[in-house]
Amino acid sequence: MTNNAVTDNGSWLIRGVTIPASGRQGEEQTSILLGSGSITAIGPDVDHPGARILDAGGLIALPGLVDLHTHLREPGREDAETVETGTAAAALGGYTAVHAMANTDPVADTAGVVEQVWRLGQAAGHCDVRPVGAVTVGLNGARLAELGTMADSAARVRVFSDDGRCVSDPLLMRRALEYVKAFDGVIAQHAQDARLTEGAQLNEGEMSARLGLSGWPAVAEEAIIARDCLLAAHVGSALHVCHVSTAGSAEIIRWAKSKGWPVTAEVTPHHMLLTDELAAGYDPVFKVNPPLRTAADVAELRRALADGTIDCVATDHAPHPVEAKETEWAEAAFGMTGLETALRVVQRAMVDTGLLDWAGVADRMSVRPARIGRLTGHGTPLAPGAPGHLTLYDPAAPAEAVTPAGASKSRNTPFAGMELPGRVAATFLRGVPTALDGKLA
Amino acid sequence: MKRHLISAADLTRGDALLILDTAEELAHLADRPIKKLPTLRGRTVVNLFYEDSTRTRISFEAAAKRLSADVINFSAKGSSVGKGESLKDTALTLEAMGADAVVIRHGASGAAHRLAGWVRGSVLNAGDGTHEHPTQALLDAFTIRRRLMARRASTAGARGTGLDGLRVTIVGDVLHSRVARSNVLLLSTLGAEVTLAAPPTLLPLAVGSWPCAVSYDLDSELPKSDVVMMLRVQQERMTAAYFPSVREYSRRYGLDAARMARLPGHAIVMHPGPMNRGVEIAAEVADSVRSTIVEQVANGVTTRMAVLYLLLGGTEFPATGVAQ
Repeated sequence: MTNNAVTDNGSWLIRGVTIPASGRQGEEQTSILLGSGSITAIGPDVDHPGARILDAGGLIALPGLVDLHTHLREPGREDAETVETGTAAAALGGYTAVHAMANTDPVADTAGVVEQVWRLGQAAGHCDVRPVGAVTVGLNGARLAELGTMADSAARVRVFSDDGRCVSDPLLMRRALEYVKAFDGVIAQHAQDARLTEGAQLNEGEMSARLGLSGWPAVAEEAIIARDCLLAAHVGSALHVCHVSTAGSAEIIRWAKSKGWPVTAEVTPHHMLLTDELAAGYDPVFKVNPPLRTAADVAELRRALADGTIDCVATDHAPHPVEAKETEWAEAAFGMTGLETALRVVQRAMVDTGLLDWAGVADRMSVRPARIGRLTGHGTPLAPGAPGHLTLYDPAAPAEAVTPAGASKSRNTPFAGMELPGRVAATFLRGVPTALDGKLA
Repeated sequence: MKRHLISAADLTRGDALLILDTAEELAHLADRPIKKLPTLRGRTVVNLFYEDSTRTRISFEAAAKRLSADVINFSAKGSSVGKGESLKDTALTLEAMGADAVVIRHGASGAAHRLAGWVRGSVLNAGDGTHEHPTQALLDAFTIRRRLMARRASTAGARGTGLDGLRVTIVGDVLHSRVARSNVLLLSTLGAEVTLAAPPTLLPLAVGSWPCAVSYDLDSELPKSDVVMMLRVQQERMTAAYFPSVREYSRRYGLDAARMARLPGHAIVMHPGPMNRGVEIAAEVADSVRSTIVEQVANGVTTRMAVLYLLLGGTEFPATGVAQ
């Protein structure tokens, strides 16, 4: 599909593509010209002699996807993932920027570690890597990490999270929220009451009762979210709620937003498609934190994403080596990969169900996550002069079974064997392809 | 029958009756001076025990040996498990040694399920975490049927009959009990009406979806119970605030002589063991004529023989047509 006759080194002309716009059906095909890192022109008659041509008939163009929640595992667990392999997976999944979570070893709680991750991202070049800083030293929930120093570092950290653990101490949470106001930061909370989830393995309900797996009650998530919304309102600072998994959580966030409080939230692709019924075979590939919930929760999460209560989709891509999952359920690690399947899952859960159009997908997977992450230069609507980050997607590609083998080092995808629609055709970062036709460019 | 026995839910009523009837045939063996049959000669049964449970292990061991199987006892202690070998690697090792059946006791719910995915032989769940213990339920059903249904049946004991219409009350820590889970499933499959009696903290929140009734009041259940099954209470539950004290638990849910007197005359008292005398069951109840606790142990061997025989497709046993 590419024409390799190159005379104008670096320019790409994407022909016959559709740019989704909200409320419009059957959008017209147009052409996008990329050059010098930006979109230089858009229009049906745009041409540029010498540009490489990508015939994008049937494809849609979205602003490059932004993930607010990615575990790249480096430094420390390079057996599971590296910045190189994780960002390659991101590019194949249509992402042009990811936020790398702080629960590495050592923890990303100093300027040194966040700068290391940021530089590894630059060196890999598959997508932009924005490190997330830990809220507390060592994720221990006892003492604030040097948030300001991380913010001022070359990595310019704006999102802080102890993800994997909850900032349980209400006073510490309050101070963290207050403190980051000085540099327009946001605290991304992993909402999980520790006492209510001691030893917890699976959503508390019919499945946990039947399977004899220790229950993980919805209230353990909802109680923390309610508390944090109140704290965010009290100090007037930005709270972002990670991986919302229950109908009750969505309801609390809807209420907080109705008050005008500065609260945002994300949902993962797996919580929008999978339920705790999948634990019936005790295969830990379905073990995740927060746990898969019920069909009623799934339905409500979709509705909340559609109406904007939940701002965005974030993958919580959590790679693990085979041995961490080929074990008894209780022994297994929590987490699922997700970067390479996210957009296809969103198509199935949101677009094919009529809940969201493609313009809505662009909003929930690019515009809003970039805004929440304070990520300038990403999540910009496709227009002349905008950065050349874009994702070309074929929504009409016939549903194909997901194969676990991809660019990620890990294989713990819960979607393996599941037929999902669509295909990421290409990803462009600053006008240069990072993925073309399902392969790294 | 399925190849494995992991959950009591794996058993249809027909399967369960086949096992109970086979056990009934095998029970006669126990009365003979030589208690051994050659049916599983040359077969290897591995007892893979990750938890200490002498009584369950020797019950399976006796069952396998009476059928002439070779028995290998593999306990977590003193094995490579202590060195951190994964369940999968242990499974592959057993597979390489040619185990025809693996009897597994494990502290993690679902361990038997996982094991069944890694070995070719039959897997018998001898208790996995807080999930299930299906052979305990089978031996309990066998015991109940012998005690209460044989009298009702016209001739030749209880063969072929279920537990239809019998009222069974299971008392205690249902939340953490694999015995309760398996019994609720199996006894209801066999037609019994099961009631769980426990403090609300020791019942799963979603217990409403189970095929049984629920009561917080033991005393009101006793006069209508044909069977009372007491579950072992673990003292460490107290520290997690499931109940205030062992004494209070005992006062409200323990079976003492006064409570036993409220039972109908024919009712029996069961306990899977090991008992905490003076906590969930008083000594005079445990030692009374209503108690089936010693019978349960004897019936355990017989019932496990039947399960091994049917799963491994033993020969030379003149039983009913055995479906594989």
